[in-house]
Amino acid sequence: MTAVQEPAAEREIGRERRRKEDQRLITGRTRWTDNLALPGMLHLAMVRSPFAHAKIVSIDTTEAKNATNVVDVVTGADLGEAQGACINAWAITEDQVTPPHLPMPVDRVAFAGEVVAVVVARSAAEARDAAELVDVEYDELPAALDLKHAATDEVLAHPDLGTNKSAFWKFDSAEAGTGGDVDAAIEKARTDGIVIEREYRQQRLIPAFMEPRSVVVDPTGEQITVWSATQVPHILRFAIAATTGVPESKIRVIAPDVGGGFGGKLQQTPEEMIAFAVARRLGRPVKFTETRSESLMTAHHGRDQWQKLTMSAEKDGTVTGLKVELLADLGAYVAIVGGGVPVLGAFMFNSIYKFPAYQFNCQTVLTNKTWTDAYRGAGRPEATFAIERLMDELAAELGEDPIEVRRRNWIDADEFPFTTVAGLEYDSGDYEKATQRAMEMLGYDELRAEQKRRRESGDRVQLGIGVSTFTEMCGLAPSRVLGQLNYGAGGWEHASVRMLATGKVEVVTGASAHGQGHETAFSQIVADRLGVPFEDVEVLHGDTQVAPKGLDTYGSRSLVVGGEALVKAVDKVIDKARPLAAHLLEASADDLEYAGGRFGVRGTDQGITIQELATAAFAAHSYPEDMEPSLDADATYDPVNFNYPHGTHLCAVEVDTETGQVSMRKYACCDDIGNIINPLIVAGQVHGGLVQGIAQALWEEAVYDDAGTLVSGSFTDYLLPTAADTISFDIDHTTSPSLTNTLGTKGVGEAGTIASTPAVVNAVVDAVRHLGIDDITMPCTPERVWRAIQGVAGGGATEGAAMPHFDSSTGMEGTVDRTTGGAQ
Amino acid sequence: MIPAQFDYLAPTTVEEALAALAEHGDDAKILAGGQSLLPVLRMRLNAPEVVIDLGKIPELRGVRDDGDHLVIGAMTRHADVLRDPMVAEHAALLQRAVTHLADEQIRHRGTFGGALAHADPAGDVGAPALALGCEMVIAGRDGTRTVGADDFFVDLFETAVGEDEILTAVRVPKHTGWGAHYEKFVRVAHQWPIVAVAAAVRVEGGTIAEARVGLTNMGSTPLRARAVEDALRGQPATEDAVREAASRATEGTNPPSDLNGDSDYRSHLATVLTRRAVLAAAGG
Repeated sequence: MTAVQEPAAEREIGRERRRKEDQRLITGRTRWTDNLALPGMLHLAMVRSPFAHAKIVSIDTTEAKNATNVVDVVTGADLGEAQGACINAWAITEDQVTPPHLPMPVDRVAFAGEVVAVVVARSAAEARDAAELVDVEYDELPAALDLKHAATDEVLAHPDLGTNKSAFWKFDSAEAGTGGDVDAAIEKARTDGIVIEREYRQQRLIPAFMEPRSVVVDPTGEQITVWSATQVPHILRFAIAATTGVPESKIRVIAPDVGGGFGGKLQQTPEEMIAFAVARRLGRPVKFTETRSESLMTAHHGRDQWQKLTMSAEKDGTVTGLKVELLADLGAYVAIVGGGVPVLGAFMFNSIYKFPAYQFNCQTVLTNKTWTDAYRGAGRPEATFAIERLMDELAAELGEDPIEVRRRNWIDADEFPFTTVAGLEYDSGDYEKATQRAMEMLGYDELRAEQKRRRESGDRVQLGIGVSTFTEMCGLAPSRVLGQLNYGAGGWEHASVRMLATGKVEVVTGASAHGQGHETAFSQIVADRLGVPFEDVEVLHGDTQVAPKGLDTYGSRSLVVGGEALVKAVDKVIDKARPLAAHLLEASADDLEYAGGRFGVRGTDQGITIQELATAAFAAHSYPEDMEPSLDADATYDPVNFNYPHGTHLCAVEVDTETGQVSMRKYACCDDIGNIINPLIVAGQVHGGLVQGIAQALWEEAVYDDAGTLVSGSFTDYLLPTAADTISFDIDHTTSPSLTNTLGTKGVGEAGTIASTPAVVNAVVDAVRHLGIDDITMPCTPERVWRAIQGVAGGGATEGAAMPHFDSSTGMEGTVDRTTGGAQ
Repeated sequence: MIPAQFDYLAPTTVEEALAALAEHGDDAKILAGGQSLLPVLRMRLNAPEVVIDLGKIPELRGVRDDGDHLVIGAMTRHADVLRDPMVAEHAALLQRAVTHLADEQIRHRGTFGGALAHADPAGDVGAPALALGCEMVIAGRDGTRTVGADDFFVDLFETAVGEDEILTAVRVPKHTGWGAHYEKFVRVAHQWPIVAVAAAVRVEGGTIAEARVGLTNMGSTPLRARAVEDALRGQPATEDAVREAASRATEGTNPPSDLNGDSDYRSHLATVLTRRAVLAAAGG
């Protein structure tokens, strides 16, 4: 048996591979859930509440049932217990107040858009038509809408609960033994130091993924198969089984190609549960695909906090304490992660700085708005925004450069590993190096000089430079930590490597990609580690029968947890192959070297490739007695720690002081995400993340009117930026390999989103600070910037003027009604 | 999303279209490029029983020279207006206005006449049509009539086009040699203008001989800023003189309030943008 020695292939890790999944994803010629058509499949349309809070008095389905090709019209009462429930997997305190969440409530709706009935018809159009014939009588109830007002319990989102306050979660460094007493630090600073007190608003955002949510349920086999545009097929299967009584082994969940999520598809949705129940009731396959309007109105929203912040420092700007008091809007229900989102930020407000004392307080509050949950960054953007805005405010107070103030307080490179005041152990990093590089890329000193010139000449267009030095915890998560936090699951990930008879390699991962590029990046890892061609590796995921174990994709975990599981599985394959190679080469296993996908006998040209061994194991004609004829291996990896990417983001904006218009001039960032598997995928993640974070700073806001109706319910009013609204970003990296996984990687999926928001707002404020402005509320609309220049604190709120471009009501002053249309 | 069911008619002549309109009356909607009508149908904000598509009528498309006017067929796509050399030479203001209208896809589907007849005060073509003194050619069962732009826009989404009539063409007086600029204020590129100002200026030896100024989204219809036009006449094309004239841009306006700005902010923008538009037009 001889093997031709292949020339040493280029290393796959670090190579700018174009994503192999893109052809099918971009052309759409693939299995999106809505592309599925099954024999006899019926279509669903949801009847939704127009009211934020109302009693359901009666539901008359007669007319809808008689409509053309309508098969059934079903209410929550009709389904009874068969509809299951939507779960909260993370009660953040033992006494958390958690309202029951039925997919279709029976007697009361708690937010506008909640489903009260479902129409089943032979076509989607007929279902939609008939949905308009369902006659629901409501008795409107007072709605808890404003977050601060809801926290007073004057109007209750769920009257039976007696309170809107769901849970109060606290971390105190003195109590935890990780630092000093924050109140003492602040008191001391009030007499002989500096105290910065601010209140910031994290506006409500909509994840606005590209592919609307879609679900197909086929109950006709032994297993009930659920296709869903979800990030979390494994968690969904568990939740369906746990709440309907259908055994988990009888449910197969498939997340086929999924068009984006950003956390917005990390959910067990009412629509999935309703489709599951209706399919079982009728014994026929059903499909539900939401409209864009339904998606914006009812898929979970993100952020929505008030942040009250108190930071103390010595007179020289050395920070001494940080106290955080949050109000977090849960919306109408506690979603699957729900109140845990602000807690994910609890360990991050201290960020890269050496605070001696820290306290975090968070009150989660129920309101009659769309429920909130994870959205790209989940808790960490909120924390990063707060601390990075405060550091700029401290710099302004001291009259110093904002980078100098940060440098005085951050953890130096030689201090790693560093245990923070929040109790986390940061493994590696070099904040100085990343900052130097970012300053160089931006042309920091030249822009500061230009800023000075413009200020002195009173230029109509002022220049602002914003700084954001961030870190985040990602790679969710060590299971023991999740256990301590009372999270409902672990944080491990699973991988399998299957060596096929033809030498091809099937890799199965429990992570569930929805656009990230797992197939390419994981293939690169396996190709390098196993020594097989990139093209010979196939990555399978997102089907609970193909990938039976997994915890899915969120929290920048796929590579750092799932990738590590993969490495361990590959290593097991090589270990299993060694005795077979020795047997076939008639050599001692100790004399074998494994390199480039081949076992060679040391000192000879004898050898055999792993792919030949796969064929040999399949044939099983000759193998050692103490070996099973298989090279396949599984691994489950539980991370030992989070990992902590960091970076410095610098943004220069021009502000037209006459109109308030903000134009981005330059954006430079240097992220340290450890070793990089595929620079092209990383660049894509950073660019997309930046745009999403910049959008929070400048454009996006979910606005409700006084009746609890979502005003920004279409892309006409919810302003998503496009390529036409952004500039080319300058991105680079420093590399401090993570010490918590063998690949040395850190998460990158959320970095851009987390870092960019404060960089942009800091830049906008910096541009007009000399006019006496120290804050502008997000999004920094031209109107807010202009009003701030006119002397209105924070630029004011836009809620009072909330009217959509498309609106079915008429007659309000100043309202443009675009519903009737002209003659053409 | 799926519109409610409707019957679809595609006449091939204006006469057939008028006949269909006469037959179905109130139950019918005319479809031009569909860029406003289709979203409204898909969101089920309107549910006509019949949709009459003008897309199959060749005579409604194209730009032609008619002496001291250009004639733009109502079904001419924005993209075709944009790249027409006659429009560039004789009606540069229209070209400027459609350059950044919505996005590339919409400019290739949406039509010049459809946008005018829809009469969205936030639309980009109304103010320049008004400023240039365009004449709207309207066909009915009894023949064709022409209505000046000043009388064409009646109210929000309401024009002089009767229920049994169709806008067939727009006659644009040639403004050869005039400077033109469309100053549009948006937060993101693809949205309706928060405010926009259309300005055409004829400068003679450094003096503004004539000026035409139209305002987008400053009231229930596109508006003409006559006070500004009057104030500009005979003034030097300097920043100070134009600033003074532009301060009158809000006279006779009634701007809306929405998520992008309250009416007082829009009023402020109108004066700033008018100054910029006029100066740019005078400089070009």
